[in-house]
Amino acid sequence: MVPESYYVALSAVLFSMGVLGVLVRRNPLVIFMSIELMLNAANLALVAFGQRHGTAEGQALVFFVMCVAAAEVAVGLAIIVTIFRLRRRLSVDELNLMRW
Amino acid sequence: MTFVTFAILAALVVGSAAGLILKRNPIHGALFLVVNLASVAGLFLTLHAEFLAAVQVIVYAGAIAVLFVFAIMVLIPGKEEMGPDPLRGQRLLAVPLVGVFCVLVALVLRSATLHGPARGAAVPGGVEAVGRLLFTDYLFPFEVTSVLLLAALVGVMALTKRKA
Repeated sequence: MVPESYYVALSAVLFSMGVLGVLVRRNPLVIFMSIELMLNAANLALVAFGQRHGTAEGQALVFFVMCVAAAEVAVGLAIIVTIFRLRRRLSVDELNLMRW
Repeated sequence: MTFVTFAILAALVVGSAAGLILKRNPIHGALFLVVNLASVAGLFLTLHAEFLAAVQVIVYAGAIAVLFVFAIMVLIPGKEEMGPDPLRGQRLLAVPLVGVFCVLVALVLRSATLHGPARGAAVPGGVEAVGRLLFTDYLFPFEVTSVLLLAALVGVMALTKRKA
């Protein structure tokens, strides 16, 4: 049996890679995929902790995280498509409409 | 045996995440994302969370990945990251900072709740245990989830509707 701490460490690494992807990439689609990486890392940690404490509550929480992720992806991609229609370009550095 | 499985899956997870970050073409990134999500589903299996593994494959590796590929095909990107990068210094700085962040997260998690003996008893991960929780203790959040999905549905249609 693999100890749960290995899973938690893996989830920390995966989360950090998601943060790195959000920070270094310029394509909003790739940034979105990196956000998915972070959500997955959180899911993995939740399941591992739930296993550790002997309850299925972590798994119930992961179910909700998945629902929120699905809604978030749908809305986010719709926003990206709308921006692309308006601007004909896709780069997060050029999106400064709401900049103060 | 389980450790070998874990090691293979962990290598797949980290490698595909690195591919997603490093590959310039977003369609390659989407395929790496599918590999990553499927590997996480395998990790769920090794944690005896069979229901979540199935949902992960259906929702993430199925629906969400298709949505991403669809959006990539509609937008036909690929030229966004070709030009000179005005924020190159900041992006290079991000790499060591994320390293520091990873160490911090690892320290926090290590001090969290992993000390002491484990419960030992295997958690029932099938549909029955999770379903029982969802429809008793978490009934209200479960219903709110349906409202959230409906709101997302309406929002997406409102956002992408072409003005007449």
